[in-house]
Amino acid sequence: MLKTFPKGGIHPPENKLTSSKPIQRLPVPKVVYVPIAQHIGIPAEIVVDRKDKVDIGQVIAKSGGFVSSNIHSPVAGTVTKLDMIVDSTGYKKQCIVIRTDAKNASNFVETEYPLKKEIELEPQEILQRISDYGIVGLGGATFPSHVKLNIKADKKIDCLIINGVECEPYLTADHRLMLEKAEEILMGIQILMYALNVPRAIIGIENNKKDAIETFKKLMLQEPKIQVAALQVKYPQGGEKQLVRALLKREVPKNGLPLDVGVIVHNVGTIFAIYQAVQHNKPLIERVVTVTGKKMGKASNFWVKIGTPIKDLITEVGGMPEGTRKIVNGGPMMGKALKNTDVPVTKGTSGILVISEDEASRGETKPCIRCGECVSVCPMGLEPHLLMNLSEKGMFEHAGQEDILTCIECGSCSYVCPSHRPLLDYIRFGKSIVKKLDVSKN
Amino acid sequence: MTYSIIYSVLLLASLGVTAAMVLYVVSKKFYVYENPLIAEVEDLLPAANCAGCGSPGCKAFAEKLVDTDDISDLFCPVGGNDVMQLVSEALGKEVAEKDPTVAVVRCQGACDVRPKTSEFQGPKSCAISALIYSGETDCQYGCLGDGDCVAVCKFNAMYMDETTGLPVVITDKCTSCGMCAEACPRDIIEMRPKHKRDLKIFVGCLNEDKGGIARKACSVACIGCSKCFDICPKEAITMVNNLAYIDPEYCTLCRKCVPVCPTDSIIETNFPKKKVKKVEVDQGAEVKSVNLIDHA
Repeated sequence: MLKTFPKGGIHPPENKLTSSKPIQRLPVPKVVYVPIAQHIGIPAEIVVDRKDKVDIGQVIAKSGGFVSSNIHSPVAGTVTKLDMIVDSTGYKKQCIVIRTDAKNASNFVETEYPLKKEIELEPQEILQRISDYGIVGLGGATFPSHVKLNIKADKKIDCLIINGVECEPYLTADHRLMLEKAEEILMGIQILMYALNVPRAIIGIENNKKDAIETFKKLMLQEPKIQVAALQVKYPQGGEKQLVRALLKREVPKNGLPLDVGVIVHNVGTIFAIYQAVQHNKPLIERVVTVTGKKMGKASNFWVKIGTPIKDLITEVGGMPEGTRKIVNGGPMMGKALKNTDVPVTKGTSGILVISEDEASRGETKPCIRCGECVSVCPMGLEPHLLMNLSEKGMFEHAGQEDILTCIECGSCSYVCPSHRPLLDYIRFGKSIVKKLDVSKN
Repeated sequence: MTYSIIYSVLLLASLGVTAAMVLYVVSKKFYVYENPLIAEVEDLLPAANCAGCGSPGCKAFAEKLVDTDDISDLFCPVGGNDVMQLVSEALGKEVAEKDPTVAVVRCQGACDVRPKTSEFQGPKSCAISALIYSGETDCQYGCLGDGDCVAVCKFNAMYMDETTGLPVVITDKCTSCGMCAEACPRDIIEMRPKHKRDLKIFVGCLNEDKGGIARKACSVACIGCSKCFDICPKEAITMVNNLAYIDPEYCTLCRKCVPVCPTDSIIETNFPKKKVKKVEVDQGAEVKSVNLIDHA
């Protein structure tokens, strides 16, 4: 019996259309649009001006506080504008627009770094570099990594968990990365273990990625401290709390972090970015993006520079198919529908999903029939139907007592509801109000 | 037979007397003093319980009025100056005097001038739409059209116009409680002074984008050209973030700004029509509809 988390969960169709497609390199875009708010927390502060020449990897926006992150130029070129561009939130946000220098060779020559095994930096230097090089959680939440790694003296970490679950349907970015860069990821894990002085690490991978599990198992023979664990396929296993429960049988407290039970969780993409930053001095300026959709003929995985407009990606896979109704940034469960195709790829873009008419529509909302499906699939043990009603009727204090803030917004409740009720929409709304109330109370 | 009647009457009477005595003792023992002024003030208030004053209801507001020494910052927007004057007399405290206000909707992005560029199938609620994205049009400042303001209005003073998709304030019914302004996630509803015959002039747009982008999203958007700013004799107009704002404190309703606006984004209502030629030619339909509604 494979490991998994006990409470709730669903099995949406996997649709991993691109799992056998090697990661290709997207041509360098002519213009990149780099938003200054690509991470959770305080937006970065712009440090370049119009007409400035910037190099690849140069800091163009400095971290605006502790929970913030540096942003580096993904290309060598000239800053043409500081403009407001619609980003994946649907709102216009401050962006740095850089025109790529067509004559600068550094834009087009891709150095293949050889695997480097010696760790030259001291633990403190490694953590500093993760902070300086703009590494954020690449699983989708984009939480600045250095904040996660800043462990207070009274907390003891005994296990590092590497999240290779990728439970979202359609997405295969992490899967391909694990297959193609397994040794680098392993090295990244060792770097983190050394920097944080953690005795062991576990890589959690869902059992639908057998080739990735095999790859790691072969490499593991030399590394007794690192284990690889196959997990039962179930959404939302990639959630931090679910993953910790599945692998270690430890329950992360209600308003706590995995840190409270002695665990740190990092995505495989983040680990690879850390490896590149520490061993090869490469800041986070590109990431793997899955571009997929049932009607996309050439759906595949790509290395994409941060700031590339999404329309470039869609053109690369053969243009927008007829009858397209929705373009989603991320997976179908937790991704956000995009307002237009000028939206740039950011550090949090794990996939672009193009959905046609028949899959895009939400069903007609009908009254709740009290079937309890939402309660049985909620991985946090909440009562989504109740939370929705409380939010709809404005009873936010009651909703707060019913732990609305512990909702991880996985969308399982909305997915299973036979009455197509917009459960998650209302719960999100309720959460936003409850958070405001809590702030005003304190 | 007679005895049984007498017994039962006596029994009930004695029970009644005992209960009355108990009630009397309890009511004396646990008596809570309430300032009789509270009830008196509450009677003066409009009893709308709209929470426009900031208190949860009229009773709570009356308590606050009686208990607070300095009530100059408390005001009942529904009752207005008349009611506050009565309260002042009853309590012998100074009250503030405020000009009567009315809610105005500062967006004219109807379906025909502000094209839809995306579709949202989620719940019909402005608060939820605003949380998720910037709305179905390319303007991220304007009305979302799901009617949160109409839903909170306790005086039936608002409705959604089906042709324009925008909320409309019925000026006669509006008590200026301000609940709609609070409910609007885009802050497009503003409380502006009520003039004679309900004359109003205000900029019907909140778009802070640069002119070209604003106009592309909505043909009646303020493009920040500053023409109104230049022509205003009273310096009542300010230009901030590509957006004009008419300060009601300085505006004398001279209407010089209306014809110079290239996008017709300055709204005037209830003025005699013949003098304003431009409006009749270009924007006749729109202004007429506003007028009709305001008289309704």
